[in-house]
Order: sequence, then structure tokens, then C-alpha cells
Amino acid sequence: MRLVFEKRNSVSKKAIVLVPVVSFLVSLILTGILLIIFKTNPFITYSSMFVGAFGSWINFTETLVKAIPLMLTGIGVGLAFRLRFWNIGAEGQLVFGGVAATWVALFWSNFLPPFLVLPTAILMGIIAGALWAGIPAFLKVYLKVDETLVSLMLNYVAILTAQGLYYGAWIDPKGMGFPGTKLFPKSAWLPRFSGRAHVGLFIAILLGLVMWVVLNRTKWGFEVKMSGHNPRAARVMGVDIGKTIITAILVSGAFSGMAGAFEVTAISHRLQQGLAIGYGYTAIIVAWMAQLNPIASLFVAVLMAGLLVGGDQVQMMMGLPAAMGIVLQGMILFPMLAGSLFTDYRLKIITKSTKEEAA
Amino acid sequence: MIALLASILAITLRAGTSLIYATIGEIYTERSGILNLGLEGMMLMGAVSAFATVYYTGSLLLALLVAMLTGVVLSSIHAFLSITMRANQVVSGLSITLFGTGFASFLGQRLGPESNGHYLIGLIGNKFTPVKIPFLSNLPVLGALFNQDILTYIVYLIIPAAWFFMYKTRAGLNLRAVGESPQTADAMGINVSKVRYIYTILGGTLVALGGAHLSLSYAPGWTDNITGGRGWIVIALVIFSMWNPSRAIWGALLFGGINAIQFRLQATGTTISAPLLNMLPYIVTIVVLVLMTWIETMNKKVGAPEALAVPYMRGEK
Repeated sequence: MRLVFEKRNSVSKKAIVLVPVVSFLVSLILTGILLIIFKTNPFITYSSMFVGAFGSWINFTETLVKAIPLMLTGIGVGLAFRLRFWNIGAEGQLVFGGVAATWVALFWSNFLPPFLVLPTAILMGIIAGALWAGIPAFLKVYLKVDETLVSLMLNYVAILTAQGLYYGAWIDPKGMGFPGTKLFPKSAWLPRFSGRAHVGLFIAILLGLVMWVVLNRTKWGFEVKMSGHNPRAARVMGVDIGKTIITAILVSGAFSGMAGAFEVTAISHRLQQGLAIGYGYTAIIVAWMAQLNPIASLFVAVLMAGLLVGGDQVQMMMGLPAAMGIVLQGMILFPMLAGSLFTDYRLKIITKSTKEEAA
Repeated sequence: MIALLASILAITLRAGTSLIYATIGEIYTERSGILNLGLEGMMLMGAVSAFATVYYTGSLLLALLVAMLTGVVLSSIHAFLSITMRANQVVSGLSITLFGTGFASFLGQRLGPESNGHYLIGLIGNKFTPVKIPFLSNLPVLGALFNQDILTYIVYLIIPAAWFFMYKTRAGLNLRAVGESPQTADAMGINVSKVRYIYTILGGTLVALGGAHLSLSYAPGWTDNITGGRGWIVIALVIFSMWNPSRAIWGALLFGGINAIQFRLQATGTTISAPLLNMLPYIVTIVVLVLMTWIETMNKKVGAPEALAVPYMRGEK
């Protein structure tokens, strides 16, 4: 008797839902073991993380604040991953979006009518994110340059550009040398609805739904799925894969750029340290755990945001490092990846009798 | 002038050492057909574990061993996921980096002594110091080659050894066969999975050593993100060296050289803005990648293993 893996004809529906759930539980257990090693009670830690993130409306609004950029970047990264285009540059695309929105908010508000400042800032953020993502996309399609490294390197370039601006050219002259631009005019503030939670939430949710419809009900969505899943067949059917990649990656970057524009116009109201705090990397976990489904990404984003806020809480309450939440997040993908074998393959036990049957 | 050249060469080698360890490690891993994008995470974990060990025991040797063990553990996870579980290697590597980055930062805030609020940041531990080789270290300019720490001297030996092993031994031939055509290697009686496990783990060990060099010699101590993207630059360096260990030196010298020049310029107070200067390594990486890819399309073959990042399953095409 021996065990073999047999490729499934179709992806298992049950496994698609089960694998992320089980993976999350496994990551809780693994991190729990780690906590015990560090002489900390995992149950108390987890419950205070949970209370910290979801325990009250005020705490929950903070979770939503972090969920919004994760939703947007998660949907964007998920779209790129569908094409097997490994865009790990969401962080830089977000920062560049934030920089562009800041530019509008600081320098265009003098001559734009007030009601146009905010929409223009967000629009410029979207365009900047798209263009920043466009660099690896063009290099990939026209020169076959590896997109993983290019998109990642551009993160550093974007972050350093932003730093150069808020430490240098754009620094607030009245800020006593504090690194950051001056406060945006009120006309560039994205409205908040409760605590720091802002209307970007509704836009993100709406875009998640729209993205799902586009992917599942339009010709372009079909072409994206096809080009990623089976490029040879897509080519035979007359799909221009290069064009599909470029349009999809521009959209992918646009999502992250929008996230960056929201961060500066709704949260900080200026460009300063703390824009690049890893949302673009967590987006990879969001996208993969949501199995690249934009609607699922919305929910996973809230969960991941909860881990971040919970991590901050246990730092304040129990003196544990805030990186706790990030460790938990990092652990999730391991069981997830191991489990993906079961969505594509089934375990088969070969005994003598099955062998004879096959013969 | 000579003094300036010597100092640039000295800093280049010091900065290049960690890159060379990691580049050779990843070359071996990729040659077996496994792409490991977890370098950044493994280097950070190597750096933090090495520094914590040296802080408490004072033993540099033990610190290196602990870092290597960390590399073994993390690369085993990647090997298990990508070889046994046939997971997507890009995502598996990314998750090693995400986990390693987060966990290293966690440990940096947890492993320290109580007096420092459990932080490792800001502590001083034992470190590798340059060892002068008599006579040779007195040479003009080139003397810098012989006034380095032990880890750099080991690099001088590892580069030819890694080249010899890969191209002149049976085991090296098997390794290349597995990366080029696992089907053929399997038919030749080579255990594909075993070879891939061995070199993924060996590679991870070297990568973590590269990380340890950062916290024990190049920038002694621990800070979050001490690697500053070196793990990713190394992945580009593997392409730059065309998967040949003997060429790993050039990429490392190029990037070590950029570091050295940044160092000098910043020390002398330049008019070039600091952020622009700091961007240089990342922009050069992109330029190098574009150039290498362009050369590949011209010459058809740069040396990427044929079966890189393709999971192997018997009887499946």
C-alpha cells in the first residue's frame, strides 16, 4: 500500500473554503506555541487582541481604518496574481499614490475650485499608482524583464522619494524641522464617518463588488482569467496577452494608488513618516488567503487589519511586541500553501487491489 | 588617492561579503530548480539570531552556528512546501520573507535583556574585527584585500570551491541535471526530491550566514530591517552572475562598491541629496536586470536553469 497524489479534474469547492479557515487556525496554534515558549499565555493574548480589534465600536473603527488600504491593495494584488504577474510592489504604488495626492492637495488648491481639490487629489493618486505599476508591466511585456524584482525595487525608490520630499522640498517651514509637509487645506480632506474611519470604506467595498462582476461577467475578466490560467489556450483564442497584462496591472496599481491617496487625505492630512507601514506586503497575504477573489478579499482585509490593531493593543496592554500581529499574519501562508495541494490534488491510497483494477 | 582607493576597496569588500554568501547560496538553490524568494526574511533571521547569541554568549562561532541553523529551519519550510507539497514557489518564498521579517522584528523586541525593555536594539556585542595578514596587508591598494575579517577570508575560499564543486564533481553534475531536466535526471537514477532538498537547505544556510555577517561585522548590532533589501538585490545578483558561482564576485563588488561610494560621499558632505544616493542600489538593480534580460534575448541563453520554479512530479508533464 502506498499514498499518491492524483490531480483533480476540477478544483475542489470544499477545499477552497476549508483551506483558508484551517490555515488561520493552524497559524493561531503555531503562534500560540511560540507565545508559550516566551512564557506568555496565548489565550489571554488572543482574547486581548480580539477585544482590542473588535471589542468596541471605537476599536472596530480603528480596525476599519487599517482594513481600507488592505482591501484596496489586496484586490489590486489579487488581480495581478490572477495573471501570474507577481506584483509585490503594492507598497510603492501606495506611497506614490500618496505622494501624488499630496502634490495636488498642497499646490493645486490655490487655483482649483474647492470642490474639485479632493477628487483631483484622489484621481492623481490613482494615476500615479497605475503608472508606478506600469513600469514593471511594460518591462515584462516588451522586454521580458522579471516583474517580481522590478516591482519590489520600485518600493524602495518610492519610499525614498517620499522621504526626500517630506524631509526636503516639501517640508513644513513652520514645522520646527519635524519631517512632514504642512497640513492639507480642509478642501482636500476625505470625510470620516466615525472615529478615523472614512468614506473610503464604502468605495473599497463597492469596488470589490464591481471587480467581482468584471472578473466573472465581462469579456475582459474572462481574458484575464484565461491568460493567467492557460496562456496557450488564450493565445489560440486570439487574446492579446501582453495588452491584457498591461491593462490589468495598471488597474492593479490604481487600486494601491487610491489606497495611498486615501491614507494622506483621510488619515494623516499631510505627507509624513508612517505612510509605508507594510500594507502593500500584507496585501499579498490578503490576496492569497482570499484565493484572489475580490469579495473574499474584503473580509480577509478586515481580519488582517484586526490582527494589526490587536497587535498594537497587546503591545500597550501586555508589553508584547506589536510585531505579534505580523508574526501571526506571516504564519498563515504556510499552512495555506501546504493546503493548496489538496485543492488541486486528491490523496489516493494505492493497495494491491486498486492496482489490479487499473490493470 | 591611493589611500582613497584602498579605503573604497576595503568598504566594498566588507559590504560585499554578505552579498557573496547569499548569492552563492541562492545560486545553488536555483540550480536545483527551486526558486527561493525568502532571502530577505532568512537574512534578517540570520542576523537577529546571530546577534542575540553573541550578545549572551560572546561566542562568534556559536553565533554563526545558530544563524546557520535558522537558515536550515526556514529553508526547510520552503523546501517542504515547494518540493513535497508542490506549492507555488513564488508565494512560498514571499511568505518566508513576510514571516521572517515580522518574526525577526518580534525577536528584536523580545530577546533583549530586561534592563533594555527586552529590546535588542542599541546593544553592543562581540564582533568580527579585521585580521591583518603580514606583508600582504602592506601592499598599496590591494592590501585592503588582506585586512578583512575572517568571514571575508572564507569568501575567498568559498568562491573557487563552489565553482569547482558545481562544474568539476559528479555531485555538481547531478545538481545541474536536476535543475535543467528533472525528468532526465530521474531516468538517470538521481533522486530529484532529495537533491532539491539538499541544495535548498544548503543555500538557506549560506544566506543566513550572509545575514549574520551584517549583524556581527558590517553593522554590528541589531536594527529592524538591517538588510535594507539586500535579500532582494541578491536575487538580481544571481541573474547577474548567470548562475555561475565564480561570477558572484562581480555583482557583489558592484553593489558593495555602490555602498562604499555612498559612504564616502556622505562622509565628505556632498550636494547630491541623500535619498537620491540611497536609491542608487535599487535603481542599479533594475538597470542590471533589464540589461541581463536584453542580453539573454540576444544570445538566447544566459544560464537560467530550465526547470527553475517548476515543481516536479513523476509521470506528469
